[in-house]
Amino acid sequence: MDKSLTWREFVITRLIQACCYSAILFVLLIFFFLLREGLPALAEVELESLSNIRWYPIEEYFGILPLISGSLIITLGAALIAVPFGIGTAVYISEIAPRWMREILKPLVELLGGLPSVVLGFLGILIVSPYLRTLLDLPTGLTAFTGSLLLGGIAVPTVVSVAEDALDAVPRAYREGAWALGATRWQTIWRVTLPAARSGVLTAVMLGVGRAIGETMTVMMVTGNAPVLAVRLASLFSPVRTMTATIAAEMGEVANGSVHYHVLFFIGMVLFLISLGVNIAASSVVFRAKKRAERILS
Amino acid sequence: MNRFFAHNRHAVQRLGYSLVTLMAVLTVIPIVSTILFILYKGGPAISWEFLSGFPHDGMRAGGILPAIIGTVYLTIGTAVFSVPLGIAAAIYLAEYAKDTFLTRLIRIAIINLAGIPSVVYGLFGLGVFVLFLRFGTSILAASLTLSIMTLPVIISTAEEALRAVPQAFRTVSISLGGTRWQTIRRIVLKEALPGILTGVILGLERAAGETAPILFTGAAFFLPRLPVSPFDATMALPYHLFVISTQVPEMPVQIQYGTALVLLVFVLSMNLIATVIRSRARARRQW
Amino acid sequence: MKRVIVVILLFSFLSTSCGPADSTQADSSAQYIENKGSDTIVNLALAWAERYQSEHADIRISVTGGGSGTGIAALINGTVDIANASRSIKEEEIAEARTKGVNPVEHIIARDAIAVIVNPDNPVNELTLQQISDVYSGKITNWIELGGEDRPIVRLSRETNSGTHVYFLETVLRLGSKEDKTLFSMDTLLLPSSEGIIAEVRQNPNAIGYDGLGYVPQDLKMIAIAAEAGGAYLLPSIRSVNNTTYPIARDLYMYTDGEPVGAVKDYLDWILESEAQQIVAELGFVPVE
Repeated sequence: MDKSLTWREFVITRLIQACCYSAILFVLLIFFFLLREGLPALAEVELESLSNIRWYPIEEYFGILPLISGSLIITLGAALIAVPFGIGTAVYISEIAPRWMREILKPLVELLGGLPSVVLGFLGILIVSPYLRTLLDLPTGLTAFTGSLLLGGIAVPTVVSVAEDALDAVPRAYREGAWALGATRWQTIWRVTLPAARSGVLTAVMLGVGRAIGETMTVMMVTGNAPVLAVRLASLFSPVRTMTATIAAEMGEVANGSVHYHVLFFIGMVLFLISLGVNIAASSVVFRAKKRAERILS
Repeated sequence: MNRFFAHNRHAVQRLGYSLVTLMAVLTVIPIVSTILFILYKGGPAISWEFLSGFPHDGMRAGGILPAIIGTVYLTIGTAVFSVPLGIAAAIYLAEYAKDTFLTRLIRIAIINLAGIPSVVYGLFGLGVFVLFLRFGTSILAASLTLSIMTLPVIISTAEEALRAVPQAFRTVSISLGGTRWQTIRRIVLKEALPGILTGVILGLERAAGETAPILFTGAAFFLPRLPVSPFDATMALPYHLFVISTQVPEMPVQIQYGTALVLLVFVLSMNLIATVIRSRARARRQW
Repeated sequence: MKRVIVVILLFSFLSTSCGPADSTQADSSAQYIENKGSDTIVNLALAWAERYQSEHADIRISVTGGGSGTGIAALINGTVDIANASRSIKEEEIAEARTKGVNPVEHIIARDAIAVIVNPDNPVNELTLQQISDVYSGKITNWIELGGEDRPIVRLSRETNSGTHVYFLETVLRLGSKEDKTLFSMDTLLLPSSEGIIAEVRQNPNAIGYDGLGYVPQDLKMIAIAAEAGGAYLLPSIRSVNNTTYPIARDLYMYTDGEPVGAVKDYLDWILESEAQQIVAELGFVPVE
């Protein structure tokens, strides 16, 4: 092999490696930055005050619990909608629908994913929230439920799209093997194809839920932004305030370096840590599943 | 329980099929009705003047050209930074990396990037690109912020696409004397390209539609002229829609729907391209 | 494959090269004025900017909202020429500015009334300031306590970064008293924009909201307000604001770093003249006398 080829190979390999390491660099950078701007909040505001239940920053009330509860309740609601509908639709498109329908359905579902959150928020204010108010006889239609509904809608296409790709990537041989052994198509889907695509499907769910937690504009427009502690089931049908909407609404007005500024970065840090926790948990599940699959197949 | 399912497997199949079909239907109907609704309400507003003119009368009349151009600039800027980096990182992860602790850490890092809320990217972009690096509220700062947000989507879908290429392809190529990079470039990448491209387009689609990351890093409410340098701030379709639907009194509803429709069409065309690529590739796939 | 890429590039190139002819001319001789801040003032600032630019081709003005707090923060950070604010600058902000070498100078550019609005089907017509304060602090929770129907009260407010919010807190909730520490009730909905409040009040009979007069459309109902029980109930209008009988009226401000010079000075001088002040009236605000 001529020298220039090996040398070129070497350079390219290193270049690609560098690109990859930059990904982890960005995560570290973001984390470091959030830490640098967010930790001073712990010094400036006592922990007691942060775990207060009132959030009113212009009068020095920095209780972040209502914000955390708001984000959690909305994400939970969105996940409850997105996971079954997303995976179900993915299974339908990948395994059951005839070829021609698949070519129409898949891009159609992805369309909704491309619908910007602002558009959904604006439809939410104009149509969904008044409708929900009259349908469920609520004081106002700007509630956590409205947010969850729309967020579920935003997350579903991501789940469908990635899960469908994962299901489709399962080699035909797996299915054919199952059919040859006499399994019905549904048994094949449920017991062979889905488990084989498990890591891809889990990635799909995580990407979808990640999308939901991180949504800002839709929740800012339809959840009412009232900083109430949302712990009861009834809270689902009252206004809540999420961490994301808080940052978006208040970031513009804080003076660089003020206490409010640090607290907002602190909230950003909390958001980051929550998604980190969820992802690590999911990653370890995927990892263990992969290891098991490898052991079985080898 | 399993025995029950096994003995009644045809009934179970019918049940399972109906359930899943129902889910698909309930997912598709809202999508179709939403799009048709926006088409119906926004269609009347679309005209050449609307697409090529500047806004007048406090945004209540005239066109949305600067917002359209701004979104195009931002999308191109995002692609420039995120696509090469993302695909390269995916290649490394799928083809080169051994399963060490470090690579597992990198994978976790990437999946985490995907989970970070878009507004946190906005915060990060504000602190680092706008303030620290002194790019100011600019297309450059906004594009960089959007790129970091798009990276994980590109990396994870590209990696899945690369992994899906059967090992046999690589083995044959190496056994015929190809180097690793030659194998990747000529064989694996080519086979995985449709999947990678789909991921890229999905990622860019999202970048085009996001508001939160550009709120503090690049978006402006009203600019008197089109941006001429990467250091200019810009109007952008999603931010424009947000502003006209929430800030401007007496805003004709038709213009709001019209703007939403334009944004939708922008995104739809990207989707169409992705679909065409994907279906043509699937038809040609040999595995 | 390659063809697709070419098509995409072609499309983006074409779309960037089409546009009105004057935008491609080099205007390096143009002066740029950056204007940011209050969402109450933003539409007024936009109307002014449009009119001024049509008369002065060499000036370019960019306008952005974000709230009074945003504008003042930007002025302190040195990223704007003019900050719009619907409240006066706070002591802490002045101190912060001084530490960064910025000297905020206040200009009153228009006046505004805060209208308290309810759904057109709501039978309640008049309230005292104390009653409104009690509603928003959570002491009164049902319309029936105000002589209306048996409905829960849904309180709408602007976000905390809004000058309008701060003004309402100080003047209505706390009735102007500095020692009073009354706060908004925790379940008050904090909407990110004036239009959000209008949209909700328009379709929700339980709602009460407040907004600048310029934002209230014809089809919404304004409450006549009395400063004290037994006093006259007044609706907001140019007259009741200018003869200071309407209890919740305020000045609108533009802040600059030091006394304005050059293009910024010309612009601010123009704003106080009759042409610009007529725009003020057209938009529903109150011109300065």
